[in-house]
Amino acid sequence: MTPRSTWHPWAMLGPTLALLSVFFLLPIGVAAYESLFSWDMLTPPRYVGTANYAALAAHGELLRVALRTLGYSVLVVAGTMTLGLGLALLLDRPGRFFGFVRASVFSAYVVSWVAVALLWMWILDGNSGAVGGLTRWLGLGTVSLLGDPRWALPALAVVAVWKLTGYAMIVFLAGLQGVPRSLLEAAALDGAGPWARFRHVTMPLLAPTASFVATTSLVTSFQAFDVVRIMTQGGPARATELFVYAIYEQIFLNLSVGRASALTVVFFVLLLAVAGLQLRVWRARAGASR
Amino acid sequence: MRESKSRHAVILALACVAAVAWLLPYAWMVATSFKTLPEIVAHPGAPLPEHVDTGAYREVFATLPVARYMGITAFMAGTIAFAQIALALPAGYALAKLRFVGRGFAFGTVLACLLVPAQATFVPVFLLFAKAHVVNTMTALVLPFAASALGTFLVRQALVSVPDEMIEAARMDGAGELTIVYRVLAPMLKPTLVSLFLVSFVFHYNDYFWPLVMTTDDHVRTLPLGVALLREQGTGVRWHIVMAGNVVLSLPVLALFAMAQKHLVRAVSARS
Repeated sequence: MTPRSTWHPWAMLGPTLALLSVFFLLPIGVAAYESLFSWDMLTPPRYVGTANYAALAAHGELLRVALRTLGYSVLVVAGTMTLGLGLALLLDRPGRFFGFVRASVFSAYVVSWVAVALLWMWILDGNSGAVGGLTRWLGLGTVSLLGDPRWALPALAVVAVWKLTGYAMIVFLAGLQGVPRSLLEAAALDGAGPWARFRHVTMPLLAPTASFVATTSLVTSFQAFDVVRIMTQGGPARATELFVYAIYEQIFLNLSVGRASALTVVFFVLLLAVAGLQLRVWRARAGASR
Repeated sequence: MRESKSRHAVILALACVAAVAWLLPYAWMVATSFKTLPEIVAHPGAPLPEHVDTGAYREVFATLPVARYMGITAFMAGTIAFAQIALALPAGYALAKLRFVGRGFAFGTVLACLLVPAQATFVPVFLLFAKAHVVNTMTALVLPFAASALGTFLVRQALVSVPDEMIEAARMDGAGELTIVYRVLAPMLKPTLVSLFLVSFVFHYNDYFWPLVMTTDDHVRTLPLGVALLREQGTGVRWHIVMAGNVVLSLPVLALFAMAQKHLVRAVSARS
Protein backbone atom coordinates (compact mmCIF):
# COMPACT_ATOMS: atom_id res chain seq x y z
CA MET A 1 0.00 0.00 0.00
CA THR A 2 1.10 3.58 -0.56
CA PRO A 3 1.87 5.52 2.59
CA ARG A 4 -0.23 8.63 3.04
CA SER A 5 2.89 10.70 3.22
CA THR A 6 6.50 9.85 2.55
CA TRP A 7 7.72 10.40 6.11
CA HIS A 8 5.09 8.13 7.70
CA PRO A 9 6.98 4.82 7.37
CA TRP A 10 10.13 6.34 8.82
CA ALA A 11 8.25 7.92 11.72
CA MET A 12 6.72 4.52 12.51
CA LEU A 13 10.02 2.69 12.21
CA GLY A 14 12.09 5.45 13.77
CA PRO A 15 12.00 4.50 17.45
CA THR A 16 12.55 0.80 16.71
CA LEU A 17 15.42 1.35 14.27
CA ALA A 18 17.07 3.93 16.53
CA LEU A 19 16.93 1.72 19.64
CA LEU A 20 18.04 -1.42 17.80
CA SER A 21 20.94 0.43 16.15
CA VAL A 22 22.16 2.05 19.36
CA PHE A 23 21.90 -1.07 21.51
CA PHE A 24 22.57 -3.94 19.10
CA LEU A 25 24.43 -2.83 15.96
CA LEU A 26 26.54 0.11 17.13
CA PRO A 27 27.96 -1.80 20.15
CA ILE A 28 29.66 -4.30 17.84
CA GLY A 29 31.51 -1.43 16.15
CA VAL A 30 32.35 0.14 19.51
CA ALA A 31 33.69 -3.19 20.77
CA ALA A 32 35.89 -3.54 17.68
CA TYR A 33 37.25 -0.01 18.28
CA GLU A 34 37.78 -0.44 22.04
CA SER A 35 39.54 -3.75 21.44
CA LEU A 36 42.48 -1.80 19.99
CA PHE A 37 43.11 0.01 23.28
CA SER A 38 44.40 -0.94 26.69
CA TRP A 39 42.08 0.61 29.24
CA ASP A 40 41.26 -0.12 32.89
CA MET A 41 38.44 2.49 33.23
CA LEU A 42 40.64 4.49 35.64
CA THR A 43 43.67 5.73 33.69
CA PRO A 44 43.38 7.08 30.11
CA PRO A 45 43.11 4.47 27.30
CA ARG A 46 46.29 3.66 25.37
CA TYR A 47 46.34 2.51 21.72
CA VAL A 48 47.88 -0.97 21.49
CA GLY A 49 46.79 -2.19 18.06
CA THR A 50 46.04 -5.90 18.02
CA ALA A 51 48.01 -6.59 21.22
CA ASN A 52 44.82 -7.51 23.10
CA TYR A 53 44.02 -10.26 20.60
CA ALA A 54 47.62 -11.45 20.64
CA ALA A 55 47.66 -11.59 24.44
CA LEU A 56 44.40 -13.56 24.52
CA ALA A 57 45.62 -16.02 21.91
CA ALA A 58 49.16 -16.27 23.31
CA HIS A 59 48.82 -19.07 25.83
CA GLY A 60 46.05 -20.84 24.00
CA GLU A 61 43.55 -19.52 26.52
CA LEU A 62 41.22 -18.10 23.86
CA LEU A 63 41.18 -21.40 21.98
CA ARG A 64 40.57 -23.31 25.23
CA VAL A 65 37.61 -21.05 26.14
CA ALA A 66 36.15 -21.43 22.65
CA LEU A 67 36.55 -25.23 22.63
CA ARG A 68 35.19 -25.50 26.18
CA THR A 69 32.13 -23.48 25.20
CA LEU A 70 31.66 -25.62 22.10
CA GLY A 71 32.05 -28.83 24.12
CA TYR A 72 29.48 -27.67 26.65
CA SER A 73 27.12 -26.67 23.81
CA VAL A 74 27.47 -30.02 22.07
CA LEU A 75 26.66 -31.85 25.33
CA VAL A 76 23.61 -29.64 25.93
CA VAL A 77 22.34 -29.88 22.35
CA ALA A 78 22.78 -33.67 22.20
CA GLY A 79 21.10 -34.10 25.59
CA THR A 80 18.13 -31.81 25.01
CA MET A 81 17.49 -33.19 21.54
CA THR A 82 17.57 -36.85 22.57
CA LEU A 83 15.43 -36.32 25.66
CA GLY A 84 13.18 -33.76 23.95
CA LEU A 85 12.42 -36.07 21.04
CA GLY A 86 11.99 -39.09 23.30
CA LEU A 87 9.59 -37.24 25.58
CA ALA A 88 7.67 -35.77 22.65
CA LEU A 89 7.10 -39.26 21.20
CA LEU A 90 6.24 -40.62 24.64
CA LEU A 91 3.86 -37.83 25.68
CA ASP A 92 2.14 -37.13 22.36
CA ARG A 93 -1.01 -38.80 23.68
CA PRO A 94 -4.41 -37.54 24.74
CA GLY A 95 -5.42 -37.50 28.38
CA ARG A 96 -4.89 -35.36 31.45
CA PHE A 97 -2.01 -37.36 32.83
CA PHE A 98 0.17 -36.93 29.73
CA GLY A 99 -0.75 -33.24 29.63
CA PHE A 100 0.37 -32.92 33.22
CA VAL A 101 3.73 -34.58 32.52
CA ARG A 102 4.24 -32.35 29.46
CA ALA A 103 3.56 -29.28 31.62
CA SER A 104 5.95 -30.51 34.33
CA VAL A 105 8.82 -30.92 31.88
CA PHE A 106 8.11 -27.58 30.21
CA SER A 107 7.84 -25.73 33.54
CA ALA A 108 11.63 -25.94 34.00
CA TYR A 109 12.01 -23.89 30.82
CA VAL A 110 9.77 -21.16 32.27
CA VAL A 111 11.44 -20.90 35.70
CA SER A 112 14.41 -18.55 36.19
CA TRP A 113 17.95 -19.82 35.56
CA VAL A 114 18.76 -18.45 39.01
CA ALA A 115 16.24 -20.74 40.68
CA VAL A 116 17.34 -23.76 38.61
CA ALA A 117 21.05 -23.15 39.19
CA LEU A 118 20.65 -22.67 42.95
CA LEU A 119 18.38 -25.71 43.23
CA TRP A 120 20.84 -27.96 41.41
CA MET A 121 23.77 -26.60 43.38
CA TRP A 122 21.96 -27.78 46.46
CA ILE A 123 21.06 -31.14 44.91
CA LEU A 124 24.68 -31.70 43.82
CA ASP A 125 26.15 -30.43 47.11
CA GLY A 126 28.74 -32.97 48.29
CA ASN A 127 28.25 -32.47 52.01
CA SER A 128 24.56 -32.35 52.75
CA GLY A 129 22.86 -32.32 49.32
CA ALA A 130 20.80 -35.14 47.83
CA VAL A 131 23.64 -36.46 45.63
CA GLY A 132 26.10 -36.21 48.52
CA GLY A 133 23.77 -38.20 50.73
CA LEU A 134 23.26 -40.80 48.02
CA THR A 135 26.97 -41.33 47.33
CA ARG A 136 27.73 -41.68 51.04
CA TRP A 137 24.87 -44.13 51.44
CA LEU A 138 26.33 -46.14 48.53
CA GLY A 139 29.72 -46.05 50.27
CA LEU A 140 31.38 -43.91 47.60
CA GLY A 141 32.35 -41.25 50.11
CA THR A 142 31.83 -37.51 49.64
CA VAL A 143 31.57 -36.68 45.97
CA SER A 144 31.59 -33.03 44.95
CA LEU A 145 30.82 -32.92 41.23
CA LEU A 146 31.02 -29.12 41.00
CA GLY A 147 34.38 -29.11 42.81
CA ASP A 148 35.97 -31.64 40.45
CA PRO A 149 37.58 -30.14 37.30
CA ARG A 150 36.68 -33.27 35.32
CA TRP A 151 33.01 -33.32 36.25
CA ALA A 152 32.07 -29.69 36.79
CA LEU A 153 31.40 -28.86 33.13
CA PRO A 154 29.35 -32.03 32.38
CA ALA A 155 27.42 -31.31 35.60
CA LEU A 156 26.55 -27.81 34.34
CA ALA A 157 25.52 -29.36 31.02
CA VAL A 158 23.18 -31.78 32.83
CA VAL A 159 21.54 -28.85 34.63
CA ALA A 160 21.10 -27.03 31.31
CA VAL A 161 19.62 -30.18 29.74
CA TRP A 162 17.13 -30.42 32.62
CA LYS A 163 16.17 -26.78 32.05
CA LEU A 164 16.01 -26.78 28.24
CA THR A 165 14.56 -30.21 27.39
CA GLY A 166 11.04 -28.77 27.76
CA TYR A 167 11.76 -26.36 24.92
CA ALA A 168 12.96 -29.12 22.59
CA MET A 169 10.00 -31.29 23.57
CA ILE A 170 7.45 -28.56 22.79
CA VAL A 171 8.97 -27.85 19.38
CA PHE A 172 9.11 -31.59 18.57
CA LEU A 173 5.47 -31.96 19.69
CA ALA A 174 4.52 -29.18 17.27
CA GLY A 175 6.52 -30.98 14.58
CA LEU A 176 4.71 -34.25 15.29
CA GLN A 177 1.40 -32.53 14.50
CA GLY A 178 2.71 -32.31 10.94
CA VAL A 179 3.08 -36.09 10.65
CA PRO A 180 -0.19 -37.27 9.09
CA ARG A 181 -1.91 -40.00 11.10
CA SER A 182 -3.11 -41.61 7.88
CA LEU A 183 0.47 -42.09 6.74
CA LEU A 184 1.34 -43.94 9.98
CA GLU A 185 -1.80 -46.04 9.71
CA ALA A 186 -1.02 -46.93 6.11
CA ALA A 187 2.48 -48.00 7.15
CA ALA A 188 1.00 -50.09 10.00
CA LEU A 189 -1.36 -51.79 7.53
CA ASP A 190 1.64 -52.60 5.38
CA GLY A 191 3.08 -54.42 8.38
CA ALA A 192 5.55 -51.80 9.64
CA GLY A 193 6.22 -52.12 13.38
CA PRO A 194 6.58 -49.15 15.73
CA TRP A 195 10.32 -48.81 15.07
CA ALA A 196 9.96 -49.09 11.29
CA ARG A 197 7.16 -46.50 11.37
CA PHE A 198 9.36 -44.13 13.39
CA ARG A 199 12.42 -44.74 11.24
CA HIS A 200 10.78 -44.44 7.82
CA VAL A 201 7.77 -42.16 8.38
CA THR A 202 8.18 -39.97 11.46
CA MET A 203 11.90 -39.34 11.36
CA PRO A 204 12.20 -38.02 7.79
CA LEU A 205 9.20 -35.72 8.38
CA LEU A 206 10.70 -34.51 11.63
CA ALA A 207 14.18 -33.83 10.25
CA PRO A 208 13.58 -30.11 9.59
CA THR A 209 12.20 -29.65 13.13
CA ALA A 210 15.26 -31.43 14.49
CA SER A 211 17.68 -29.15 12.69
CA PHE A 212 15.72 -26.13 13.94
CA VAL A 213 15.95 -27.34 17.54
CA ALA A 214 19.64 -28.15 17.09
CA THR A 215 20.63 -24.73 15.79
CA THR A 216 18.52 -22.69 18.23
CA SER A 217 19.78 -24.74 21.18
CA LEU A 218 23.34 -24.37 19.94
CA VAL A 219 23.00 -20.57 19.88
CA THR A 220 21.36 -20.56 23.33
CA SER A 221 23.99 -22.73 24.98
CA PHE A 222 26.80 -20.80 23.33
CA GLN A 223 25.56 -17.78 25.32
CA ALA A 224 25.43 -19.64 28.64
CA PHE A 225 26.38 -17.44 31.58
CA ASP A 226 23.96 -17.72 34.50
CA VAL A 227 24.78 -21.34 35.41
CA VAL A 228 28.49 -20.56 35.40
CA ARG A 229 28.22 -17.32 37.37
CA ILE A 230 25.97 -18.87 40.00
CA MET A 231 27.23 -22.45 40.29
CA THR A 232 31.00 -22.37 39.71
CA GLN A 233 32.30 -18.84 38.85
CA GLY A 234 34.31 -20.48 36.11
CA GLY A 235 36.12 -22.87 38.47
CA PRO A 236 37.48 -25.24 39.55
CA ALA A 237 40.77 -24.51 37.77
CA ARG A 238 38.90 -22.66 34.98
CA ALA A 239 37.16 -25.91 34.02
CA THR A 240 33.82 -24.12 33.54
CA GLU A 241 34.99 -20.77 32.18
CA LEU A 242 32.67 -20.35 29.20
CA PHE A 243 32.89 -17.53 26.67
CA VAL A 244 30.45 -15.00 28.10
CA TYR A 245 31.79 -15.58 31.61
CA ALA A 246 35.32 -14.93 30.31
CA ILE A 247 34.15 -11.57 28.90
CA TYR A 248 32.44 -10.75 32.20
CA GLU A 249 35.61 -11.61 34.12
CA GLN A 250 37.79 -9.42 31.91
CA ILE A 251 35.68 -6.31 32.32
CA PHE A 252 34.29 -6.59 35.87
CA LEU A 253 37.00 -8.51 37.70
CA ASN A 254 40.17 -7.59 35.76
CA LEU A 255 38.84 -4.14 34.73
CA SER A 256 40.34 -4.74 31.31
CA VAL A 257 38.04 -3.06 28.80
CA GLY A 258 40.34 -3.77 25.85
CA ARG A 259 40.57 -7.50 26.50
CA ALA A 260 36.84 -7.74 27.19
CA SER A 261 36.12 -5.92 23.91
CA ALA A 262 38.49 -8.17 21.96
CA LEU A 263 36.77 -11.24 23.43
CA THR A 264 33.38 -9.73 22.55
CA VAL A 265 34.46 -9.32 18.92
CA VAL A 266 35.66 -12.94 18.72
CA PHE A 267 32.46 -14.11 20.42
CA PHE A 268 30.35 -12.20 17.90
CA VAL A 269 32.27 -13.67 14.95
CA LEU A 270 31.72 -17.18 16.34
CA LEU A 271 28.00 -16.44 16.78
CA LEU A 272 27.84 -15.24 13.17
CA ALA A 273 29.38 -18.53 12.07
CA VAL A 274 26.68 -20.44 14.00
CA ALA A 275 24.02 -18.13 12.57
CA GLY A 276 25.30 -18.81 9.07
CA LEU A 277 24.80 -22.49 9.74
CA GLN A 278 21.33 -21.74 11.10
CA LEU A 279 20.38 -19.78 7.99
CA ARG A 280 21.42 -22.63 5.72
CA VAL A 281 19.35 -25.05 7.78
CA TRP A 282 16.29 -22.78 7.72
CA ARG A 283 16.57 -22.31 3.96
CA ALA A 284 16.68 -26.07 3.52
CA ARG A 285 13.70 -26.36 5.83
CA ALA A 286 11.66 -23.74 3.96
CA GLY A 287 12.48 -25.64 0.77
CA ALA A 288 11.40 -28.94 2.29
CA SER A 289 8.06 -27.70 3.65
CA ARG A 290 7.03 -26.12 0.37
CA MET B 1 -3.63 -47.77 16.16
CA ARG B 2 -4.49 -49.55 19.39
CA GLU B 3 -1.69 -50.12 21.80
CA SER B 4 -1.40 -53.46 23.52
CA LYS B 5 -1.85 -53.53 27.30
CA SER B 6 1.77 -54.28 28.11
CA ARG B 7 2.98 -51.57 25.74
CA HIS B 8 0.64 -49.10 27.38
CA ALA B 9 1.98 -50.06 30.80
CA VAL B 10 5.56 -49.39 29.66
CA ILE B 11 4.53 -45.99 28.29
CA LEU B 12 2.80 -45.08 31.53
CA ALA B 13 5.83 -46.16 33.55
CA LEU B 14 8.20 -44.08 31.40
CA ALA B 15 5.90 -41.06 31.69
CA CYS B 16 5.97 -41.49 35.47
CA VAL B 17 9.77 -41.55 35.41
CA ALA B 18 9.75 -38.27 33.43
CA ALA B 19 7.30 -36.69 35.86
CA VAL B 20 9.47 -37.71 38.81
CA ALA B 21 12.66 -36.44 37.13
CA TRP B 22 11.12 -33.01 36.65
CA LEU B 23 8.98 -32.70 39.76
CA LEU B 24 11.25 -34.26 42.39
CA PRO B 25 13.76 -31.36 42.28
CA TYR B 26 10.89 -28.92 42.98
CA ALA B 27 9.72 -31.12 45.84
CA TRP B 28 13.25 -31.17 47.26
CA MET B 29 13.37 -27.37 46.99
CA VAL B 30 10.09 -26.94 48.87
CA ALA B 31 10.95 -29.60 51.47
CA THR B 32 14.32 -28.00 52.20
CA SER B 33 12.74 -24.55 52.57
CA PHE B 34 10.65 -25.84 55.50
CA LYS B 35 13.61 -27.40 57.34
CA THR B 36 15.89 -25.89 59.99
CA LEU B 37 19.67 -25.66 59.74
CA PRO B 38 20.41 -28.21 62.52
CA GLU B 39 18.03 -30.62 60.81
CA ILE B 40 19.81 -30.28 57.43
CA VAL B 41 23.18 -30.88 59.07
CA ALA B 42 21.95 -33.85 61.13
CA HIS B 43 19.86 -35.64 58.48
CA PRO B 44 21.09 -34.41 55.07
CA GLY B 45 19.09 -36.80 52.89
CA ALA B 46 15.81 -36.76 54.81
CA PRO B 47 13.07 -36.35 52.21
CA LEU B 48 10.64 -34.45 54.45
CA PRO B 49 11.14 -31.92 57.26
CA GLU B 50 10.45 -33.25 60.78
CA HIS B 51 7.93 -30.52 61.22
CA VAL B 52 7.08 -27.59 58.94
CA ASP B 53 9.23 -24.67 60.01
CA THR B 54 8.72 -21.28 58.35
CA GLY B 55 11.89 -19.79 59.84
CA ALA B 56 13.68 -19.81 56.47
CA TYR B 57 10.92 -17.71 54.90
CA ARG B 58 10.98 -15.25 57.81
CA GLU B 59 14.75 -15.01 57.33
CA VAL B 60 14.34 -14.33 53.58
CA PHE B 61 11.83 -11.55 54.21
CA ALA B 62 14.07 -10.13 56.96
CA THR B 63 17.29 -10.05 54.89
CA LEU B 64 15.79 -9.08 51.51
CA PRO B 65 13.33 -6.28 50.81
CA VAL B 66 11.29 -8.85 48.87
CA ALA B 67 8.33 -6.59 48.11
CA ARG B 68 10.57 -3.83 46.77
CA TYR B 69 12.67 -6.22 44.65
CA MET B 70 9.54 -7.89 43.31
CA GLY B 71 8.02 -4.47 42.53
CA ILE B 72 11.17 -3.35 40.69
CA THR B 73 11.32 -6.63 38.76
CA ALA B 74 7.65 -6.60 37.76
CA PHE B 75 7.80 -2.90 36.80
CA MET B 76 10.91 -3.50 34.68
CA ALA B 77 9.52 -6.60 32.95
CA GLY B 78 6.09 -4.98 32.44
CA THR B 79 7.54 -1.77 30.99
CA ILE B 80 9.80 -3.70 28.61
CA ALA B 81 6.99 -5.99 27.41
CA PHE B 82 4.60 -3.06 26.98
CA ALA B 83 7.15 -0.87 25.14
CA GLN B 84 8.12 -3.74 22.82
CA ILE B 85 4.53 -4.18 21.70
CA ALA B 86 3.80 -0.44 21.46
CA LEU B 87 6.84 0.01 19.20
CA ALA B 88 6.56 -3.25 17.25
CA LEU B 89 3.01 -2.46 16.05
CA PRO B 90 3.76 0.68 13.97
CA ALA B 91 7.16 -0.70 12.87
CA GLY B 92 5.63 -4.03 11.85
CA TYR B 93 2.82 -2.20 10.04
CA ALA B 94 5.29 -0.09 8.04
CA LEU B 95 7.32 -3.19 7.12
CA ALA B 96 4.30 -5.35 6.25
CA LYS B 97 1.94 -2.93 4.59
CA LEU B 98 3.59 0.27 3.38
CA ARG B 99 5.60 0.52 0.17
CA PHE B 100 8.52 2.91 0.42
CA VAL B 101 12.13 3.30 -0.67
CA GLY B 102 14.41 1.72 1.94
CA ARG B 103 11.96 -0.88 3.23
CA GLY B 104 14.30 -3.73 2.39
CA PHE B 105 17.10 -1.94 4.23
CA ALA B 106 14.91 -1.32 7.29
CA PHE B 107 13.73 -4.96 7.37
CA GLY B 108 17.31 -6.14 6.93
CA THR B 109 18.37 -4.03 9.90
CA VAL B 110 15.70 -5.63 12.08
CA LEU B 111 16.69 -9.14 10.94
CA ALA B 112 20.38 -8.43 11.57
CA CYS B 113 19.58 -7.51 15.18
CA LEU B 114 18.05 -10.97 15.65
CA LEU B 115 21.59 -12.32 15.43
CA VAL B 116 23.01 -10.10 18.18
CA PRO B 117 22.34 -11.26 21.75
CA ALA B 118 22.74 -9.00 24.78
CA GLN B 119 25.78 -11.11 25.75
CA ALA B 120 27.61 -9.65 22.75
CA THR B 121 26.65 -6.03 23.48
CA PHE B 122 26.94 -5.62 27.22
CA VAL B 123 30.56 -4.43 27.29
CA PRO B 124 30.09 -1.43 24.96
CA VAL B 125 26.60 -0.68 26.34
CA PHE B 126 27.97 -0.72 29.89
CA LEU B 127 30.71 1.74 28.87
CA LEU B 128 28.09 3.96 27.21
CA PHE B 129 25.86 3.87 30.28
CA ALA B 130 28.78 4.51 32.62
CA LYS B 131 29.65 7.61 30.60
CA ALA B 132 26.01 8.75 30.67
CA HIS B 133 25.78 8.03 34.44
CA VAL B 134 22.76 5.77 34.09
CA VAL B 135 24.26 2.59 35.56
CA ASN B 136 22.08 1.57 38.53
CA THR B 137 18.98 3.19 37.08
CA MET B 138 15.77 1.78 35.60
CA THR B 139 16.82 3.35 32.28
CA ALA B 140 19.81 0.98 32.01
CA LEU B 141 17.53 -2.00 32.62
CA VAL B 142 14.66 -1.04 30.30
CA LEU B 143 15.93 1.12 27.43
CA PRO B 144 18.10 -1.48 25.63
CA PHE B 145 15.11 -3.83 25.37
CA ALA B 146 12.38 -1.24 24.66
CA ALA B 147 12.49 -2.26 20.99
CA SER B 148 12.50 -5.96 20.13
CA ALA B 149 13.78 -7.24 16.80
CA LEU B 150 11.95 -10.54 17.32
CA GLY B 151 8.72 -8.77 18.33
CA THR B 152 8.89 -6.47 15.30
CA PHE B 153 9.52 -9.45 13.06
CA LEU B 154 6.62 -11.50 14.48
CA VAL B 155 4.17 -8.57 14.30
CA ARG B 156 5.24 -7.95 10.72
CA GLN B 157 4.66 -11.61 9.83
CA ALA B 158 1.21 -11.54 11.44
CA LEU B 159 0.24 -8.33 9.63
CA VAL B 160 1.25 -9.59 6.19
CA SER B 161 -1.82 -11.83 6.11
CA VAL B 162 -4.24 -8.99 6.99
CA PRO B 163 -6.01 -7.94 3.76
CA ASP B 164 -5.20 -4.44 2.44
CA GLU B 165 -8.92 -3.76 1.96
CA MET B 166 -9.40 -3.59 5.73
CA ILE B 167 -6.84 -0.82 6.04
CA GLU B 168 -8.20 0.99 2.97
CA ALA B 169 -11.69 0.87 4.46
CA ALA B 170 -10.41 2.34 7.71
CA ARG B 171 -8.63 5.09 5.77
CA MET B 172 -11.88 5.87 3.89
CA ASP B 173 -13.59 6.22 7.23
CA GLY B 174 -11.07 8.92 8.04
CA ALA B 175 -8.97 7.00 10.54
CA GLY B 176 -5.41 8.27 11.01
CA GLU B 177 -2.49 5.86 10.61
CA LEU B 178 -1.92 5.53 14.36
CA THR B 179 -5.62 4.87 14.90
CA ILE B 180 -5.40 2.13 12.29
CA VAL B 181 -2.37 0.60 13.96
CA TYR B 182 -3.52 0.72 17.57
CA ARG B 183 -7.34 0.60 17.24
CA VAL B 184 -7.99 -1.49 14.13
CA LEU B 185 -5.02 -3.84 13.69
CA ALA B 186 -3.92 -4.39 17.30
CA PRO B 187 -7.24 -6.01 18.34
CA MET B 188 -6.99 -8.36 15.35
CA LEU B 189 -3.53 -9.45 16.48
CA LYS B 190 -4.57 -10.03 20.07
CA PRO B 191 -3.39 -13.67 20.39
CA THR B 192 0.03 -12.81 18.93
CA LEU B 193 0.37 -9.76 21.16
CA VAL B 194 -0.68 -11.61 24.32
CA SER B 195 1.92 -14.31 23.62
CA LEU B 196 4.57 -11.70 22.91
CA PHE B 197 3.78 -9.85 26.12
CA LEU B 198 3.86 -12.97 28.27
CA VAL B 199 7.08 -14.37 26.81
CA SER B 200 8.84 -11.03 27.11
CA PHE B 201 7.54 -10.45 30.63
CA VAL B 202 8.61 -13.88 31.86
CA PHE B 203 12.01 -13.60 30.17
CA HIS B 204 12.83 -10.23 31.73
CA TYR B 205 11.32 -11.11 35.12
CA ASN B 206 13.68 -14.11 35.19
CA ASP B 207 16.66 -12.36 33.64
CA TYR B 208 19.82 -12.47 35.72
CA PHE B 209 22.48 -11.41 33.23
CA TRP B 210 21.46 -7.87 32.29
CA PRO B 211 20.50 -6.61 35.77
CA LEU B 212 23.73 -8.16 37.09
CA VAL B 213 26.00 -6.28 34.69
CA MET B 214 24.03 -3.01 34.80
CA THR B 215 23.74 -2.65 38.57
CA THR B 216 26.39 -2.34 41.23
CA ASP B 217 24.23 -1.41 44.19
CA ASP B 218 20.83 -1.98 45.72
CA HIS B 219 19.08 0.93 43.97
CA VAL B 220 17.27 -1.01 41.22
CA ARG B 221 18.21 -4.56 42.23
CA THR B 222 15.87 -7.18 40.84
CA LEU B 223 14.54 -10.25 42.63
CA PRO B 224 16.69 -12.87 40.82
CA LEU B 225 19.81 -10.91 41.84
CA GLY B 226 18.59 -10.66 45.42
CA VAL B 227 17.89 -14.39 45.66
CA ALA B 228 21.28 -15.24 44.11
CA LEU B 229 22.87 -13.00 46.76
CA LEU B 230 21.30 -15.11 49.51
CA ARG B 231 23.84 -17.78 48.68
CA GLU B 232 26.81 -15.43 48.50
CA GLN B 233 26.38 -13.60 51.78
CA GLY B 234 27.34 -14.75 55.26
CA THR B 235 29.46 -17.68 56.34
CA GLY B 236 28.56 -21.15 55.13
CA VAL B 237 25.64 -21.77 52.85
CA ARG B 238 22.33 -21.96 54.61
CA TRP B 239 20.47 -23.93 51.99
CA HIS B 240 17.06 -23.82 53.65
CA ILE B 241 17.12 -20.02 53.30
CA VAL B 242 18.34 -20.13 49.70
CA MET B 243 15.58 -22.62 48.81
CA ALA B 244 12.96 -20.45 50.52
CA GLY B 245 14.19 -17.55 48.38
CA ASN B 246 13.96 -19.84 45.35
CA VAL B 247 10.33 -20.66 46.15
CA VAL B 248 9.51 -16.95 46.51
CA LEU B 249 11.20 -16.25 43.16
CA SER B 250 9.64 -19.14 41.23
CA LEU B 251 6.11 -19.19 42.59
CA PRO B 252 4.80 -16.15 40.65
CA VAL B 253 6.24 -17.49 37.37
CA LEU B 254 4.87 -20.99 37.96
CA ALA B 255 1.46 -19.50 38.82
CA LEU B 256 1.52 -17.44 35.63
CA PHE B 257 2.56 -20.56 33.72
CA ALA B 258 -0.34 -22.54 35.20
CA MET B 259 -2.79 -19.83 34.15
CA ALA B 260 -1.38 -19.01 30.72
CA GLN B 261 0.21 -22.32 29.72
CA LYS B 262 -1.49 -22.40 26.32
CA HIS B 263 -0.19 -18.94 25.39
CA LEU B 264 3.37 -19.69 26.46
CA VAL B 265 3.49 -23.07 24.74
CA ARG B 266 2.01 -21.61 21.57
CA ALA B 267 4.46 -18.73 21.60
CA VAL B 268 7.40 -21.11 21.85
CA SER B 269 6.21 -23.58 19.24
CA ALA B 270 5.02 -20.83 16.86
CA ARG B 271 8.56 -19.58 16.41
CA SER B 272 9.66 -22.81 14.87
